Amino acid sequence: MIEVQNLTKRYGRFTAVDGVSFRVEKGEILGFLGPNGAGKTTTMRILTGYMPATTGKALVGGFDVFDQPLEAKKRTGYLPETPPLYPEMTVREYLMFVARIKGVAAKAQRAQVDTSMEKARVADVASRHCGKLSKGYRQRVGLAQAILHNPDVLILDEPTAGLDPKQIMETRDLIKSLAGDHTIVLSTHILPEVSQVCQRVVIINKGKVVAVDTPDNLTSRLAGAQSLYVQVDATSNADVGAALDGVPGVTAVRVADQRATVTGFEIECQRDRDIRRDLAKAIVSHGWGLLELRPLRMSLEEIFLQLTTSEGAAAPGSDAETNGDDAKENA
Amino acid sequence: MRNVLAIAERELRSYFASPIAYAVIGLFALVFGWMFYAFLRYFIGASMRMGPGGMGQGPININDMLLRPLILQISVVVLFVLPMVTMRTYSEEKRSGTIELLLTSPITDVQIILGKFLGAMALYSAMLLITVPSVVVLFWYGDPDWKPVVTSYVGLLLMGGSFIAFGLFISSLTKNQIVAGVLTFCTLLMLLLVGWLREFVGPLGQAIVGALSVFEHFEDFSKGVLDTKHIVYYLSVITFGLFLTAKSVDSERWRG
Repeated sequence: MIEVQNLTKRYGRFTAVDGVSFRVEKGEILGFLGPNGAGKTTTMRILTGYMPATTGKALVGGFDVFDQPLEAKKRTGYLPETPPLYPEMTVREYLMFVARIKGVAAKAQRAQVDTSMEKARVADVASRHCGKLSKGYRQRVGLAQAILHNPDVLILDEPTAGLDPKQIMETRDLIKSLAGDHTIVLSTHILPEVSQVCQRVVIINKGKVVAVDTPDNLTSRLAGAQSLYVQVDATSNADVGAALDGVPGVTAVRVADQRATVTGFEIECQRDRDIRRDLAKAIVSHGWGLLELRPLRMSLEEIFLQLTTSEGAAAPGSDAETNGDDAKENA
Repeated sequence: MRNVLAIAERELRSYFASPIAYAVIGLFALVFGWMFYAFLRYFIGASMRMGPGGMGQGPININDMLLRPLILQISVVVLFVLPMVTMRTYSEEKRSGTIELLLTSPITDVQIILGKFLGAMALYSAMLLITVPSVVVLFWYGDPDWKPVVTSYVGLLLMGGSFIAFGLFISSLTKNQIVAGVLTFCTLLMLLLVGWLREFVGPLGQAIVGALSVFEHFEDFSKGVLDTKHIVYYLSVITFGLFLTAKSVDSERWRG
């Protein structure tokens, strides 16, 4: 439904988006993740035809956004970072205006406006002025505007920014309910949002795509070796450390925290091997107290930080990173 | 056309939803009312002196002595008022981000520009409409020639149109509507003042100054002359202004 090939956008010397490529299939929700200033908004603006790319191509529903802008725009709904509302118009007036410029047939306008107000749950403020709405309502009116002409593709720039927790939940549910009929691209810098809402994630940093995958795959792939956390109650933690190290399959043991006689260990082990049983047995057979044993998964936050803050040479792509690891191992 | 009308209607609606329309029309009505009263008093005084009971030179011409100077003055008032109308057209959309809605909707830049132009023209026409009752009163009590009156209004519309076209262009250059307003006002004022150079420049200079001065072209309209030269002049100034606006919006896209 959306195809982006080698998109690059330069402002003077500054490269905001650098060779970005990805695809979004019909009915999919794609999350666009990156720190502020990573190029998310720029990419979305190019997709919506707001600005042209310096080089590269973007297709929406099979139409090039640069060569056939009107066709592409007809199929796209866009919610910019700040909802584009006219403060002096009432919500209904505003949506009627949007319906007109989005090319909704005159007869269908009223019905479409009602449906979109229903879906975005703004029907109760239909006769209020847009300028007098709270942030949450503005965002939702913005969303109503984006889905008004029933577009194939929805592009949402930080749809939950500035909302309170309840509104965030509601907005996420709304977005999830829209998937299927619509193909959705949404940007965010809130990580749990991505794992809750999106089927696939594009992580972008300094204008470059750092990783594209499902949230689950990202978490497990990037975790590298598998790690476990064990909390043991014993008099001498050195003994425990040695004992744990002796368990087959363990590659590294490190003390994570310590309080009186209770010590927490982080244990790295080989990937495809479940050593929890052996670990427990080793601890209990020494007569120590096993207080806690759980697998450590890298949270999306950590992955994100790892991907977006890794210094210089390691940064370009996840592939390069794995190659780097291989090289080290070979050496 | 549907899209152009949608934009124009929204523009007009927002003029009347904000204080702008009322301020502009109110201000204009006040100044025009004052000028009309002053010119009328002057004219009555003059016709008393010149009329049968006075010095006996026959009645003086109401077109030459009242309507024409009045309408020439209106053209100057228009210069002061129109920058207030056009200053927010683009800059406010850029500041508030609504420009993103327009530029990502399936409409062309030209449709947006024409819509905004028509919206401003509609407000301007409403403003000129204020003057009509006063002029009708003159027909009631006097006997002016109607043709110069009609051509004057045509001229005012064309001249105002070119001001609006330039105002749109300047508004598309900045996010700040005050800057847009002041710049537009200064530009229009220069176009008025450039005529003063006429006496100091050579024949070639005179031709250039004459072409630049938007007001020079207005004079024939106020005399009741509909000259294609002037009509074409104003239409090309309007087209040029709108063309510059289109280029400015487009270059804004590339620069981001």
